[in-house]
Amino acid sequence: MDLPASTDGEKPEIVPAGLDYVSSLESTDVVSIDESYGLWIDGKPSEPATDRYFPTVNPATEETLSRVAEGGAEDVDRAVKAARKAYGGVWGRIGGGERAKYLYRLARMLQERSREFAVLETLDGGKPITESRDIDLPLAAAHFFYYAGWADKLEYAFPGLDTRPLGVVGQVIPWNFPMLMLAWKVAPALATGNTVVLKPAETTPLTALAFARLADEAGLPPGALNIVTGDGETGAEVVSHPGVDKVAFTGSTEVGRRIQRTLAGTRKRLTLELGGKAPHVIFDDAPIDQAIEGVINGIFFNQGHVCCAGSRLLVQESIYDGFIDRLKVRLATLRVGDPLDKNTDVGAINSRAQLDRIAELVDTGLAEGAEMYQLSCSLPERGYWFAPTLFMGVSQSHRIAQEEIFGPVLSIMTFRTPTEAVEKANNTPYGLSAGVWTSKGSRILWMADRLKAGVVWANTYNKFDPSSPFGGYQESGFGREGGRHGLLPYVKGGM
Amino acid sequence: MTVLPAPASASPVLGAAVSNAVVESFLRSVSPVDEVGVTERAASLSTRSVKRESKLAALEMAIRMCDLTTLEGRDTPGKTIQLAAKAVRPDPTDPTIPPVAALCVYPNMVPFAVQALEGSDVAVASVATYFPSGQAPISVKVEDVAWAVAEGADEIDMVINRGAFLSGDYRVVHDEIVAVKEACRTAHLKVILETGELGPYDNVRRASMLAMAAGADFVKTSTGKTASNATLPVTLVMLEAIRDFYRSTGRAVGMKPAGGISTAKVAIRYLVLLSETLGRDWLTPTRFRFGASSLLNDLLMQIRWIREGRYQSPDYFTKD
Repeated sequence: MDLPASTDGEKPEIVPAGLDYVSSLESTDVVSIDESYGLWIDGKPSEPATDRYFPTVNPATEETLSRVAEGGAEDVDRAVKAARKAYGGVWGRIGGGERAKYLYRLARMLQERSREFAVLETLDGGKPITESRDIDLPLAAAHFFYYAGWADKLEYAFPGLDTRPLGVVGQVIPWNFPMLMLAWKVAPALATGNTVVLKPAETTPLTALAFARLADEAGLPPGALNIVTGDGETGAEVVSHPGVDKVAFTGSTEVGRRIQRTLAGTRKRLTLELGGKAPHVIFDDAPIDQAIEGVINGIFFNQGHVCCAGSRLLVQESIYDGFIDRLKVRLATLRVGDPLDKNTDVGAINSRAQLDRIAELVDTGLAEGAEMYQLSCSLPERGYWFAPTLFMGVSQSHRIAQEEIFGPVLSIMTFRTPTEAVEKANNTPYGLSAGVWTSKGSRILWMADRLKAGVVWANTYNKFDPSSPFGGYQESGFGREGGRHGLLPYVKGGM
Repeated sequence: MTVLPAPASASPVLGAAVSNAVVESFLRSVSPVDEVGVTERAASLSTRSVKRESKLAALEMAIRMCDLTTLEGRDTPGKTIQLAAKAVRPDPTDPTIPPVAALCVYPNMVPFAVQALEGSDVAVASVATYFPSGQAPISVKVEDVAWAVAEGADEIDMVINRGAFLSGDYRVVHDEIVAVKEACRTAHLKVILETGELGPYDNVRRASMLAMAAGADFVKTSTGKTASNATLPVTLVMLEAIRDFYRSTGRAVGMKPAGGISTAKVAIRYLVLLSETLGRDWLTPTRFRFGASSLLNDLLMQIRWIREGRYQSPDYFTKD
């Protein structure tokens, strides 16, 4: 800006905040958590054949919330058989119009009880209540509404294609958006007439178990939706069970690779939604203040536990200094703490294991010589916490520029020209999402053409809608969820 | 009285008698605004929850930030004097309630407001420059301002020349503000952009920068005389412009959203927006004002509710 500098020579400083917010805690009275949970098979709770239970903890307090059944091979077999029976029975025969009624009912009930599910999600996973309340649950319900609409229109969605269901689908979902990922998986599977065996993440099984009970209240035929809780081994049993016709997995690239190896040479269909290391590109003509918000949202939303997190910031060198100053000022207003507090922006890290992984990668960042800037904030003594972190002076060759950290850590680099921006943005084995900020429309299209990513957001970030397909390529996986495309993995003539 | 810092020097940062090209190139350097992003940010800050003691402090601050306003053709000396009493002592039953920042009236009412507020802590603000349209020759506008100042107005709320702005004659807008600033002498100048008439937020941000560069002590959203009044997103755009201007010049400009803010709940959302954007240094009546009339009674009602734990009927609060 062409304004004369201030006369006193000091750099004017903005001290953000000043208005005190008193903690405003969401009540947990709406949820009741059982002491222990069995598996959910054939429309009822079921003790695991393994006889083993594992604790699920609140990552914000380290308190054990409940004990959850650990499903083994025998349990998965029972679940798959129940699903097969339901597929051959009621669910496979009632037709799209009837299936739609059930899905609409699930959507409405999820809306009616969204507060309960939001609180449960926050307790079990550590994400801020504002996010589970305003994003996860409304979107989950929206997915059920959306796919309910398709259930009786499949032959119009894909004229000429065989839209009959596949049979039994095995689905394994991650811990970052437990309820939303359930909706992304279960809604299209049921809408197309398949039956489901779902394995929720080990650290966040509670909302899936609550949803099984909600489905029961909705009168969903027994066996149409089965929930088998457990760890990675349970997931492997689901994936490798010969009675499963299709596998859908969301999670790490490493596990995704293992699944693909397991399924090689079988008739099973597979879709994978894996990791990412999304580039977030800021041009000098960007709407700067909104770009700052976009960057903050891109990396600190859900503590950075987002596969499409904008974790590699690429800023045009000509605006770098001013942009970083603004970013630091904005960072200072982030409120880290009790996820149940309605004023919290950044909640707890999902698990001890994830916290350790983040800490390890941050250490390598320091060791590799990147400059770290962290939000100075007091973190609660108990629970798993990590202060929002920026890394400046990062090179493409640093591990923190290449590996998915899956935490509130942003690696910042610069570029000089649009061509260099594209080159750096695409210099990754992943390809899930990307963000571009510029006020030049033609440049948005130019960039979108060249960025290797399943989703490119322009002048916004982390925008989701059930009608918009989501998915990646390269090491970020294949197949799409959401939209008409999201039906294809679940019908015979699809992919 | 809310002691405002010395008004900005009358010499504008772009220099006197600049050409339209200079002003244009200055405005081109202003960062563009993304409407969706601004709206989302304002909405997300609206979910901030301010409770109990902090809320009480915020409500009292909001009272001290009020420019209690009456701007009607039917305003009379009697009405002005009554409202002045309310400005000094908003709640006659509760001496702990602070006075408002200023009483805002038309130039004709300034002498009566000055007389009624003499010796009080409440400043006299006058709209001028052919408020609300501003459709008059600059000489007449300057005369309008000079008269109000001579009659004792402490603060002048001027309107920018929107017609000139929209037709690209930015220099005219700039020079008019400079001329009015001179006529203000020691009075503080609030520059009304009438954002509802400017169109996109890009224009709001540019007009804010233009007004500040020309010497505004405050920038203000609207006259309250058009369909579109102050909103949270438009206020956010202006606060961000103030932040930019402060960063590059070191001069702190105040903000006044006006029109349509009638409840305490909404007023607190504005304070949240302010504190998250400009921080604690702006949480003062010297840098932030509400242009409002009905807001004051709702603030009083909410304060009574927090203190006594129950709502009073609106009949218990004076209507002036």
